[in-house]
Amino acid sequence: MAEFVQFLFSGLTVGAVYALVALGFTLIYNASDVINFAQGEFVMLGGMTTVFLGLAGIPLPLAALLAVIFAMAVGLALHRFAIETARGANAVSLIMITIGASIFLRGAAQVFFDKQFHTLPAFFGSEPIRFVGAAILPQSLVVLAGAVVIVVLLWTFIDRTLLGKAVIATAVNRLAARLVGIDTRRIVGFSFAISAAIGAVAGILITPITLTNYDVGTLLALKGFAAAMLGGMGIAAGAVIGGLVLGLLEAFAAGYLSSQYKDAVAFLVILTVLFVMPQGLLGRAKVERV
Amino acid sequence: MTILAIERLSIAFGGVRAVDNVSVSIDEGLVFSIIGPNGAGKTTLFNLISGLYVPQDGRVRMRGEDVTGLPPEQLARRGLSRTFQNLQIFFRMTALENVMVGCHRHETVGIFPSLLHLPAVGRQNARTRAAAAGALDRVDLSAAADKPAGNLSFGDLKRLEIARALATEPKVLLLDEPAAGCNAVETGELAGIVRGIADDGITVVLVEHDMRLVMRISDRIHVLANGRTLAEGTAAQVRADPAVIEAYLGVHGSQEAARAVG
Amino acid sequence: MLRHTADRIPAVLRRPFVQRLSAIAVIAVIAIVIPAFFPSTYYYRVAALVFVFAIAAIGLNLLMGFAGQVSLGHAGFMGIGAYAVAIGPTHFNIPSWLSFLIGAALSAFVAFIVGRPILRLKGHYLAVATLGFGLLLAIVFVNEARLTGGPDGMLVPRPVLFGWSVRGTETWYWIAAISFVFGAALAANLIDSPTGRALRAIHDSEVAARVLGVDVAKQKLVIFIISAVYASVAGSYLAAFNGHITPDVSGFLRSIELVAMVVLGGIGSIAGSLVGAALLVMLPQVLTFLHDYEQMVLGLVVMGVMIFLRAGIVPSIAAALSRRRA
Repeated sequence: MAEFVQFLFSGLTVGAVYALVALGFTLIYNASDVINFAQGEFVMLGGMTTVFLGLAGIPLPLAALLAVIFAMAVGLALHRFAIETARGANAVSLIMITIGASIFLRGAAQVFFDKQFHTLPAFFGSEPIRFVGAAILPQSLVVLAGAVVIVVLLWTFIDRTLLGKAVIATAVNRLAARLVGIDTRRIVGFSFAISAAIGAVAGILITPITLTNYDVGTLLALKGFAAAMLGGMGIAAGAVIGGLVLGLLEAFAAGYLSSQYKDAVAFLVILTVLFVMPQGLLGRAKVERV
Repeated sequence: MTILAIERLSIAFGGVRAVDNVSVSIDEGLVFSIIGPNGAGKTTLFNLISGLYVPQDGRVRMRGEDVTGLPPEQLARRGLSRTFQNLQIFFRMTALENVMVGCHRHETVGIFPSLLHLPAVGRQNARTRAAAAGALDRVDLSAAADKPAGNLSFGDLKRLEIARALATEPKVLLLDEPAAGCNAVETGELAGIVRGIADDGITVVLVEHDMRLVMRISDRIHVLANGRTLAEGTAAQVRADPAVIEAYLGVHGSQEAARAVG
Repeated sequence: MLRHTADRIPAVLRRPFVQRLSAIAVIAVIAIVIPAFFPSTYYYRVAALVFVFAIAAIGLNLLMGFAGQVSLGHAGFMGIGAYAVAIGPTHFNIPSWLSFLIGAALSAFVAFIVGRPILRLKGHYLAVATLGFGLLLAIVFVNEARLTGGPDGMLVPRPVLFGWSVRGTETWYWIAAISFVFGAALAANLIDSPTGRALRAIHDSEVAARVLGVDVAKQKLVIFIISAVYASVAGSYLAAFNGHITPDVSGFLRSIELVAMVVLGGIGSIAGSLVGAALLVMLPQVLTFLHDYEQMVLGLVVMGVMIFLRAGIVPSIAAALSRRRA
């Protein structure tokens, strides 16, 4: 039982981060059909920028805030200078552009930060909390709470504000959105900024547990993408569920089967799900219109 | 002799019964038209017959053989091909190459001779090219053979799809609105082409909105409305059927007219 | 004007087969002539690597450019080929050439098994499934350390062919160049064949190809298998040439690199695959003088090419040339 709870919490913690990355993928994909493989770099930028601003003597809460703002600026720049300029390019070219951006950002992080691993102090100490025999890091709860807050905020924003409705309208039908006067270009830029912010927050929250360095984004982008596809591309709830499922799969596979093959188990499950449900867990089969 | 029989076919999309209990029996060598107001279920019926959709209920038989739910490529091998209302052209290929794909099911060279370009491939290509050229000729498109398909006019593309389908050497050919977007001259030529195909013994099933064309070339007409059968008969019979007139002009037409004015 | 010049070309030269052959011949001549300008064996080495990666890129290009199916896991097949020539002679006493063939056959078999379910998926779902597949293979190579040496990799015995030990950078240059020309010729042959036409049709409209009797699932599977064999062959060469391999050969970044070669060079263009491979193999070598800034510049180059030469380098240049001529 203790073991199970332990794995459950570590799975949910990692899963929450995957879910946030997947959510970032989904936001950008819905607004623009772009699969943004630089999504993982936002997570890296969040963690690394906070670390280095902190080292420069800036109080950590302020450093974290600045890091999020910085990531948003990078997101906007990526949209403005790369995605906007390449408007009309096909899907594979756009993916290559975001991969190029991710190589660029990783290279820049190597140069302007460094190649070492860094950590941040846990927000509420690192004394584990005992819970039915399992030891749970307070930071795990912070990550989970943070993820819940982000999802609730995002949902409220989309559901309650005019700008949020414009985001939905752009996702459903870009041309129709333009026809009713929505500046879809700004909506896409906005989605990049929000995605970047979500990624950066995830990076800051998880750094005290998993550490960070210039290279953490690659694997996170990959897992986040897989999570988004597992849930069903373009479905926000699917991204969250996909992320959590992926995190839990890894944790339980590592705990009960083999830590070396945890990624293998996760991807085997994803492949199996896709073979049975080619549109992901929450995706609905599209009727091909001819 | 009945070549294509549709028995009590039904499919629903999210509660909307797009095709509802429709039965049609089509004799060999006819031009058989399916007409009806927009949303009557004509294209859905085509998609069911050609294997793109699987019916929830009912059967499709070709020459007595039950082919319900078979994928399109297997139906093609049994002699059923079709064209599309909104074109499905291979835009990166020339017109002739488009039609050559239609010959695919008759091509016999395998992958290894193809990789090595053995003489058999050259001979096969020559045979295929000749057959494709013949099909293009039947729709009067020979002049465009070596043009990239992307450079052809809309009317030419419609005929290119017919040539491509003909190249499969079908027994039954489904044409989905071949005259849509064509001008009067092109439509006139099309009538001749379709009639010629039927005279060669290929059964043509036609979905078309151009009533003048339908009435002129159809041997038999089946009328759908709201996914159900409304009437069937010769052009004269259908034209005189009160239910058909109401479907087109009565309820539907008057509403349309009112909306247009209002 | 254009038409007029075309008419003056003798009919035999206008036949597609002859045209393809002459394009391949040009590449062959370049491969023969270019070593004359190599000042050191280092250049042979880089050029050999270009040809090796170009072989894998051609295979992937057949899948992406002709059948329109993306694979983000193709380096997995490179890994199979690479580890075949490493493990076969080391652990099972199988001669290198036989291990090479076993690797290719194994890649074909694996592609055959996973191909059917994977290729049913479309678009991004296909991308993630192939990505997962490549990752699975890489994980196996990392973890089966008893056979593969684990994350540190293993040495690859020098191949011996009929008593002749294959060694020397120059030798490998010629092996890679000849294999590339051969692979390019096979790929070019495919384009104007029944299979090639069916694949190009699938790329533009699957549904139209199906109603014309093309067994789309089978055709996709066939080209997936062929492209897997290309990747496997390239992997075997890479391993034998370097004399050492690590699981990186089949990693995600390698897969992305292969896709980048195809896309940057030009999807659907065989010469493009060579150009793309040359760019991505040579660029890091050229950029070493930038030291730490290398990655940044590489990222910018990838972005710049995709933004400004959307169709890829070779097709974009070809289009620009024909526009000037017309």
